Amino acid sequence: MSFQEQISQFLLSGLTTGSIYALVALGFCIIHNATGIVNFTQVDFITLGGMVMYSLLRLLGVGQLAAFPLAVGAVAMVGALVQRFTIQPSRSKEVIHLIFITIGVSIVLRGGIKQIWGKSSMALPHISGEEPLRLLGATVLPQSLWVLGITLLVVVGLHLFFTRTLTGKAMRATASNPLASNLMGVEANRMVMLSFALSGTLGAVAGVLITPITTLAYDVGIIIGLKGFAGAILGGYGNFFGAVLGGLLLGVLEALGAGLVSSAYKDVIAFVILLMVLFVRPAGILGRGEARRV
Amino acid sequence: MERNRQLLILLATALGVGILPVVVRNPFYLNVLNIVGLNGLMVVGLNLLIGYAGQISLGHAAFYGLGAYTSGILTASYGWSPWPAMGMAVGASSVVAYLVGVPTLRLRGHYLVMATLGFNVILNIVMVRWESMTGGPSGLASIPPLSIGEVRFDTDLKNYYLIWFFTMLSVAACVNLVDSRVGRALRAIHGSELAANTLGVNTARYKSVVFVLSAAMASLAGSLYAHYIGFISPRSFDIFFSIELVTMVIVGGMGNLWGALFGAAFLTPLPQVLHFFEEYKDILYGGILVVMLMFLPKGIGGSLGSWYHARRFRKILAQPR
Amino acid sequence: MAPMLEVVHVSVFFGGLAALSGVSFQAREARITALIGPNGSGKTTALNVISGVRFPDKGEVMLAGERVTRLRPYQLCSMGLGRTFQNLQLFQHMSVLENVKVGLHSRTKTGFLGAMFRWPGMRKEESGVEQRAMEALELVGLTAKAHWPAGALPYGDQKRLEIARAAVAEPRVLLLDEPAAGLNLAERLALEETFLQLKQKGTTILLVEHDMNLVMGISDWVVVLHYGHKIAEGSPQEMRTDPRVVDAYLGGELPHA
Repeated sequence: MSFQEQISQFLLSGLTTGSIYALVALGFCIIHNATGIVNFTQVDFITLGGMVMYSLLRLLGVGQLAAFPLAVGAVAMVGALVQRFTIQPSRSKEVIHLIFITIGVSIVLRGGIKQIWGKSSMALPHISGEEPLRLLGATVLPQSLWVLGITLLVVVGLHLFFTRTLTGKAMRATASNPLASNLMGVEANRMVMLSFALSGTLGAVAGVLITPITTLAYDVGIIIGLKGFAGAILGGYGNFFGAVLGGLLLGVLEALGAGLVSSAYKDVIAFVILLMVLFVRPAGILGRGEARRV
Repeated sequence: MERNRQLLILLATALGVGILPVVVRNPFYLNVLNIVGLNGLMVVGLNLLIGYAGQISLGHAAFYGLGAYTSGILTASYGWSPWPAMGMAVGASSVVAYLVGVPTLRLRGHYLVMATLGFNVILNIVMVRWESMTGGPSGLASIPPLSIGEVRFDTDLKNYYLIWFFTMLSVAACVNLVDSRVGRALRAIHGSELAANTLGVNTARYKSVVFVLSAAMASLAGSLYAHYIGFISPRSFDIFFSIELVTMVIVGGMGNLWGALFGAAFLTPLPQVLHFFEEYKDILYGGILVVMLMFLPKGIGGSLGSWYHARRFRKILAQPR
Repeated sequence: MAPMLEVVHVSVFFGGLAALSGVSFQAREARITALIGPNGSGKTTALNVISGVRFPDKGEVMLAGERVTRLRPYQLCSMGLGRTFQNLQLFQHMSVLENVKVGLHSRTKTGFLGAMFRWPGMRKEESGVEQRAMEALELVGLTAKAHWPAGALPYGDQKRLEIARAAVAEPRVLLLDEPAAGLNLAERLALEETFLQLKQKGTTILLVEHDMNLVMGISDWVVVLHYGHKIAEGSPQEMRTDPRVVDAYLGGELPHA
């Protein structure tokens, strides 16, 4: 393969994983904007997406077309339930307590997943077969194209949701000024629940799309989730387009780094980038201004 | 709680700790107590960071690991004597903590959480992949025990006294620190960083020092662990252990020294206890955490502490002018 | 007599809005200078610039003739600058006495190691701190509540505590941000007394205040801001009848929500 073909290859695979990171980063972003917390259950939403899809396809024999939205919907509900029964009734609304509640819930969810689906790895079928295609001098799996395409749809759809629909605008209002929104009739709790449901949706989509390629296990969401988080920081924490940009960029940088520099330390790349961003420009690429000193 | 009373409690605890092995002979239980001691050492430092400087670190397992691996590699692979190796480990960890902490702590907000999380993941991956140095996923073995003169610390009982000596020492240092100009400055930073700065406290520097101090303590615990067990592997130093440590501080009661120690004592053996429930232990562990945080956010120690302070204040109010 | 505190052509921009525009004024040594103006005129921004909380986009700040513009608050403190905050920044969970003791941080030196291992000089330092802190509490009349948690104090007492905390280190310059806000007549008169005592000790005071009685009662000099510009300055009597000042307060003022 010529050098140019190699770069194309890396770019394409980087954009594929980057799309996944972008989806996860958006999940973190939405919850951060709504509540100010880092939602650790995001990583388990990813795993659950793959797991539920697996059960629907392999055990219940549901077709791909129906299973996808069903799986995503199920995880979205789990997200809403997490908010309703652990975040909402919490006595303390302090950020650190809520974050650690999500950590505890994450442990419970992972334990539950281990119980229901076991500890061993499983294989999910690709959406439309595993025969690689040739595109722009690179070999690409059809699944990759699905990843890119569906991610694009989700991002555009989400953007329209936040800017064109009343509910989406209500969510942004609550994030920006909970008291004022409340006075205008927007119920904050419901908006937060919705944000958790969205986070579940995004995680599930990411999980369903990527686990056919990476194989499925009870802890598959952890490393994907952490990298998605790093992508969110890279792009600008709390910024919608920052999350998307950061995720994609991270995926590409990771693929290039692994391909050109060292593949043994591939997983380190994302976190080295994270640290560099925090040291040099904590607001990220699209983030606003400098973080206050003093 | 004022210093003298705390020192008295410390003395009583030290006596209790000293006598306990007379009653508890079983090496399995001693092992658990040793791990409690190590976690306690780490948690004292972490409590200073979280409860006083108001910063959260999700990377203390990395400093634990840095201490363990530095000590382990220097002694097992390069034949260093254990005590100088330990000194080197603490020194190296302090420098690394300084480099990670300084850029992130001068900013307001929770950037330290993210930085320490990232740092922990990186270090953990390096522990696994740099096989030639660290032994890779199967770990590093044949780490010699510590010794003072003729005495080799090669049994659970001997390590018990060694570990708990360091833990009690750190508690004493911490009690002294809290009731001092420095302790006041730290509590001031927690109360209002802006006002503290205006009153002459170099808040960025104080936060950094506390972070480095807590990292050094974690590193010390790591070295002690390596020489005690004689074998270390990357699995013990992942972000989940970092999370466990912070959980001990939170469940104990942030900012409450004795609460944090209680948190360590309570949560360390918990997975062992829950082992009886086999498959459900994760769910139960997580569940206990969630319930405690939801309904007792001040932690056990913090809730008791609040009750204690409220009682004291009522007494002050009742006093004649 | 050279000014103790001088603000020179300071401008501060928030986005496109100028909170301060080329503002210059002085506070003379051992005098009380008042900084007044309608809401939004930039008074608190000026205090923030002087105390190092916010760096100006243009201009300089001079303290006793030295340029201190980009120094951080803790550095300015050791140079003799102290301040209080409009919205109170007390250490709620610490006792009244401990709050004041923090005020002496810049005048003491026990460090981490010294504290952990109790170096011999610490006891003497601590008793000195205790004594000076109690004296500061006497100045504002809070000695009886020395061991109360600061958050439990009534509002008026909290304001006095913040002043004691800022004044205990005997700063050369003391910035006061609306110290009389929310106080009743008796409390305000007590405050006046305290400020005059501080002035007698040689402290230079810059007072940002809305309460005209307090301003007229004790100021030696008044500087008036309006929409980020200095529109007038002079003695309190002059400013009270100055048409520009009257106009700024009564006419041309935007209605507030």
